[in-house]
Amino acid sequence: MSATTIAGAAYLIAALLFILSLAGLSKHETARRGVTFGIAGMAIALIATGVIAVQNAWDSPSGMLGLAILVGVMIVGAVIGLWRARVVEMTGMPELIALLHSFVGAAAVLVGWNGALDAPHLEGALKDIHHAEVFIGVFIGGVTLTGSIVAFLKLSARMSSKPLVLPGKNFLNLGALVAFVALTVWYVITPEMWLLVTVTVLALLLGWHLVASIGGGDMPVVVSMLNSYSGWAAAAAGFLLSNDLLIVTGALVGSSGAYLSYIMCKAMNRSFISVIAGGFGIEAPAKGGDEDQGEHREIDAEATAELLAGASSVVITPGYGMAVAQAQYPVAELASRLRERGVEVRFGIHPVAGRLPGHMNVLLAEAKVPYDIVLEMDEINDELGETDVVLVIGANDTVNPAAAEDPSSPIAGMPVLRAWEARNVIVFKRSMASGYAGVQNPLFFRENTQMLFGDAKERVEDILRTL
Amino acid sequence: MARIGIVTERDKETRVSATPQTVPKLIQLGYEVVVESGAGASASFADPAYIAAGAQVVDRATAWASDIVLKVEAPTPDEVALLADGATLIGLLAPGLRPEIRESLETRGITALAMDAVPRISRAQSMDVLSSMANISGYRAVVEAAHEFGWFFTGQVTAAGKVPPAKVLVAGAGVAGLAAIGAASSLGAIVRATDPRPEVADQVKSIGGEYLKVEVEVEQSTDGYAKATSEDYDRRAAEIYSEQAAEVDIIITTAQIPGRPAPRLITAADVATMKPGSVIVDMAAGSGGNVEGSVAGERVVTDNGVIILGYTDLAGRLPAQASQLYGTNLLNLLKLLTPGKDGQLTIDFDDIVQRSVTVVRNGEGTWPPPPAQVSAAPAKAPEASVEPAKEKKKMSAGAKYTLYGLGIALFFFVVAVAPEPLPQHFTVLALSVVVGFYVIGKVAHALHTPLMSVTNAISGIIIVGAILQLGSENLVVQILAGIAVLVASINVFGGFAVTRRMLSMFSKGAQQ
Repeated sequence: MSATTIAGAAYLIAALLFILSLAGLSKHETARRGVTFGIAGMAIALIATGVIAVQNAWDSPSGMLGLAILVGVMIVGAVIGLWRARVVEMTGMPELIALLHSFVGAAAVLVGWNGALDAPHLEGALKDIHHAEVFIGVFIGGVTLTGSIVAFLKLSARMSSKPLVLPGKNFLNLGALVAFVALTVWYVITPEMWLLVTVTVLALLLGWHLVASIGGGDMPVVVSMLNSYSGWAAAAAGFLLSNDLLIVTGALVGSSGAYLSYIMCKAMNRSFISVIAGGFGIEAPAKGGDEDQGEHREIDAEATAELLAGASSVVITPGYGMAVAQAQYPVAELASRLRERGVEVRFGIHPVAGRLPGHMNVLLAEAKVPYDIVLEMDEINDELGETDVVLVIGANDTVNPAAAEDPSSPIAGMPVLRAWEARNVIVFKRSMASGYAGVQNPLFFRENTQMLFGDAKERVEDILRTL
Repeated sequence: MARIGIVTERDKETRVSATPQTVPKLIQLGYEVVVESGAGASASFADPAYIAAGAQVVDRATAWASDIVLKVEAPTPDEVALLADGATLIGLLAPGLRPEIRESLETRGITALAMDAVPRISRAQSMDVLSSMANISGYRAVVEAAHEFGWFFTGQVTAAGKVPPAKVLVAGAGVAGLAAIGAASSLGAIVRATDPRPEVADQVKSIGGEYLKVEVEVEQSTDGYAKATSEDYDRRAAEIYSEQAAEVDIIITTAQIPGRPAPRLITAADVATMKPGSVIVDMAAGSGGNVEGSVAGERVVTDNGVIILGYTDLAGRLPAQASQLYGTNLLNLLKLLTPGKDGQLTIDFDDIVQRSVTVVRNGEGTWPPPPAQVSAAPAKAPEASVEPAKEKKKMSAGAKYTLYGLGIALFFFVVAVAPEPLPQHFTVLALSVVVGFYVIGKVAHALHTPLMSVTNAISGIIIVGAILQLGSENLVVQILAGIAVLVASINVFGGFAVTRRMLSMFSKGAQQ
């Protein structure tokens, strides 16, 4: 029994704990236990690695320097991480998560570079494989790094969320992949430094371009896709360092991100393959959304309050607009007031509502909405027909009847909340502008729909005052 | 600032054109409101209630002399004489049926708006007084029927024996018909409904009725009202009414065609087949009657003991409710006419709603308005012109399996030729991917964000690699590894901490 075998055993335990952690997150009741498992796994892995590091470093000055760096930066990193986690607004979760993804990407690039700079002594095929692994690791890490940074900039509105459309963007992406393969082969044959620099730049540019060409409303897919990439980056580092824990963890994260992207794609009726490749963009809507839809009707906050007070069942379908307006607190207050009056209030959440998978759930949880009245689209859809009032707050495409009824619509076939089946629909909206997909929403012109214009937060507060 | 006058209606009319609930909202529009003393008395709204709502109570002449006079019934010539020059009168003026009323208003710069001429378009629903009154009438028709009917509506099993539920037939599923269906079914009766428009079947069902379909081709209406229908249809419908009359206990008829006598649905022979004690409410009695033998405004008992009610004031029999809805309809019209909320009434003839209700403007007749097309009838679906959305390119099943096969073969080849320790790594990778998919597949949608932040934290495991590289002899490597440890540890600590914070917010509601 040596330090190495002990570390190996510790890594295995850590890997199992990570699996248990993810399994625990499948239910609200076990979610907190799941996080505890994850923390335990991470602690075991770090302690085991620390022991090895100390043992290796014990009698060399450079080793001692390494240990000093380790302790120093870890404390700094922990402080920054814990501080950000404490202060982040729940509406800002997408940005934080995108930023954290970029850190994994950065770490993967650096680890890859180190793998090249401090190459182990290998011979023959193993040496070639090592070179290839360096390239793969750096490439995936680089794409994750800039991709996540662009996603962060777009989510935090520091960059326009409009998709960037370069001519021949699919060929640019494909060309970058081909160039990557060619460079890898070249590097395996003649390992030269400039090749590594080139591939790093190439990866950074590709990551930037991939995400820049995707619009704001597709962010749930992009963020989960980057989550997946960050996992694969860790797995690639695992191959490079011959470390099974990294491979297991990277694969878990990679597949979980891919699965989330898959769910998001299904919810938006997009092809999974094209998203993973980053090749999906937004096609211009096939037809203008300006055709005559009829007239919409307006309602004011007082009349809405009366309608709500007289209803026996109310369903609230929030969207990204609720997050933008920071309306989750008044909405939660509204829900609890109505529940006190005996009105059955529930929330219907579309899988891609918001900018992050599950974003709306987190916002509502923050505002203390009990999670058992927050239902998924499939759970609530069949009951919408029996509902007195549906409040559409900051959502548009996710309640668009055109998706279900108009085969020529650009969003045809996308599963949507069938809000229009309810007896009354109140749509909170700033103006009559069309939604993210650029598609006009016939819901606004339905007989049973009334529009409540203005800032969602202020309007909900007006309703609360009237109640 | 214009003054609104609420005047007392004549003897039989129980409704009033504004209630203590609508008065404050009229004042919010910038108007001054005066109420004739006793105007709301028959609807149980006393003068002090109006005063509390912000109105002044005045005498008859003052109320009539206001800039805007709100009324329920059409005015008599005497009342028109009370109006000030250039005043605006709003009420139920029946411009199509009783031209003499609007003609009497074409004088002295008077403007007259007919609430019963509001076009049936979505935007104007909030002012549609015909709908709001029909709703009340439908309800009241059931109440009147229940009052006359000698049995329960609902079926019961009691110690004293079993009571069958009453059977109710509602002819016409418009607003009144639907209200009647709803009221009768909530009393527990078995309710059936007929209507020439098959598209109402769902509405009937949704409020507890059974739709009896007349199996004849029928054209869809374009103006929201049912149209007189073809002979075939009439024959089949008559058969249905005869069959139903012999079976049901209560019949409520609501069929009316604007500007025409009401269609005869139930013949004397049908009535003769009904059981003694059965009740018929003919809501169309005022315009000729759907039922042979009904008399407008009267209760008639036939030789075989069937009671036929021909009341024409059903809405007025719920005076407070009817006043409230009518008052709100008026309020909504005034909102439209007072865009500035400054108490200045303006009429915009480009607006179809404002154009339609205006029958006299500044003393000149403007009836009839150009016809309004309704949005309720679905525009001819543009099926033919719309091509199905571009078929997404889908790979055939064969091509798909070939691709899968190639992928598996490639993976097999790579693993087969790879030297140690790669195959072992591939094993670990493949199994982890599979485990990952299964574990994640069970995660609740609501927990996707916490899931992402946890996976984020654990993907910080790359820190392990960086820590090991810190032990290098090469200073550059050490620095790079140090940076890697820094960013990865932000990830690890930040990711777990934010997940814990998020999960602590998720709470289960106290069961109510």
